[in-house]
Amino acid sequence: MSGAGYEGELARAGANVSGRWGELRFLARRYPLGAVGAVIMAVFVFAALFAGQIAAVSPLATDAAQSLAAPSAAHWMGADNFGRDVYSRIVFGARISLAVGIGSTALGCLFGVALGLLSGYLAGWVDLVVQRLIDILQALPLLVLALVMAAALGPSLQNTVIAIAIPLIPYVARVIRANTLALREQPFVEAARAGGMGEFAIAVRHVLPNTLAPLIVLATAQLGAAILTEAALSFLGLGIPEPHPSWGRMLSESAAEYVRTAPWLVIYPGVAISLVVFGTNLLGDAVRDLLDPRQRA
Amino acid sequence: MIGYLVRRFLLMVLTLFGISVIIFALLRVVPGNIADILADAAGFVNPAEKAKLEADLGLDKPIPVQYAAWIGGLARGDLGYSYVSEKPALDEILPRIPITARLAGLALVFSIVLGVPLGVVSAVRQDSALDYFLRVLSLSGLSMPAFWLGLLILMAFVAATGTLPIYSAEPKSWQEALLMYAVPAAAVGFRSSALLMRLTRSSMLEVLRQDYIRTARSKGAPERSVHYYHALRNAALPVVTVIGIEAAFLVGGLIVTETVFNIPGVARFLVEAIRWRDYPIVQNLVMFIALVVVLVNFAVDMLYAALDPRIRYAS
Repeated sequence: MSGAGYEGELARAGANVSGRWGELRFLARRYPLGAVGAVIMAVFVFAALFAGQIAAVSPLATDAAQSLAAPSAAHWMGADNFGRDVYSRIVFGARISLAVGIGSTALGCLFGVALGLLSGYLAGWVDLVVQRLIDILQALPLLVLALVMAAALGPSLQNTVIAIAIPLIPYVARVIRANTLALREQPFVEAARAGGMGEFAIAVRHVLPNTLAPLIVLATAQLGAAILTEAALSFLGLGIPEPHPSWGRMLSESAAEYVRTAPWLVIYPGVAISLVVFGTNLLGDAVRDLLDPRQRA
Repeated sequence: MIGYLVRRFLLMVLTLFGISVIIFALLRVVPGNIADILADAAGFVNPAEKAKLEADLGLDKPIPVQYAAWIGGLARGDLGYSYVSEKPALDEILPRIPITARLAGLALVFSIVLGVPLGVVSAVRQDSALDYFLRVLSLSGLSMPAFWLGLLILMAFVAATGTLPIYSAEPKSWQEALLMYAVPAAAVGFRSSALLMRLTRSSMLEVLRQDYIRTARSKGAPERSVHYYHALRNAALPVVTVIGIEAAFLVGGLIVTETVFNIPGVARFLVEAIRWRDYPIVQNLVMFIALVVVLVNFAVDMLYAALDPRIRYAS
């Protein structure tokens, strides 16, 4: 029994389609904003995968003669103070942004699901301890916890992923726990127990798949938050270290001092961050409507 | 009710204790302490001098002893000394709090004044062009990094006036003071207003479907009164909760915005202290932020009970 099915929702909407393409076309018509989000995400994923082919110049190649060059045919989006091509740094920056965003969301979900499932299914003192731990983690704003984590772990790509994943854990754990508590009492869980199935096997084989829908909804919603947190950490100089081209870091290098002299250094990285997060938010809303119609806005 | 209050209070103390342990432990696994940084800055390292510095600052003692010293000090109102300025941590932190508090207060007001009415309009005109426009606007608000919005505002300011808005500790007039705080507050509050708009919209849509709304309409109540008197009063409940949660999230926006606008508040001070490994400042600031968040959550819970007569915590 799959928990992430949307066939029911399609049928209710009056969809009479066959095959993957028909389904996709129907979904795009029914959720136009979600389709726009999916296209935006596809563009960024494409840019990240084929960055080397799309951007001819290396994002790290410096050229003193081109320092702070305005946008031109050679440098579409201008050059930074080291003469590095902004366009190419933005294309390669998609890799960093998506890698950190997806990596930290996945890691946060993994631990959050394990904790939530454990807490909701075992109940008792385990639940009590996990609940207090969640309270503690949630009493600190996401960026504050990520800042302290990033400083504690030291600046590197992996550490940034971990620093952002940890504050995400309590949000996931909370949702999964609530779902698990409701599922525990369902007749199919009772049936599995009566059939002699072990508790661990029930939790993994029957309860876990049924928490998939809320998990997907939550993960798409958290992806945008994770990307924004990476940008903020790098902007503050505590995220992705040089020489990786991170959008947030590009803004910190260029911050207030170039507002007057080289506005392209401020505009383009910010547009890239906003656009990718906008895409995840549009997609996230559509996914929520599709998988969890009760929460529909 | 009293039993509930006592329970909530004990949980608050437990949460704050947990945070103090986690933060203290985390800061001690940071590679490199203040002695390393000062030695690096000086360009040479004299091991004897470095060891003396570590002994002076108590960094050579076991971590549990350092922790006990900190908590004992907190209980007496002694927050220790900043490693960087060598002034008492309390003297460093206290004067910065009003600056950030003013900014946060203005940002919250901005987000409520903008977010709630637009959310109501968006719900009342569901699926109209205006609704779509407002929904896309609120989603863009959620997608834009606060520091980038701040930079864009700086840019617009430069284009319009030719100068950068500069923070001054003693503004000449109240208009100047308001402008000085209002511009960064708008940059911080825009995100929250977008969230409140979305939430108000979905909460209103939910309420507008209820029977009692139809009753209000059928007895001839004007639409305006149905929306703002009957519907919004009930739709406001979940919004109040989120305003409370947002108060905590504002901190993230404050950190980057104070950095962009060069405002010497507590939020920017936290980042500086983290960079300098100034433990006494970092751990006390984080505790202060946690205390504010926990108290705000508590206040929201109480407010919720007061607003919704169905909720009683007697059990």
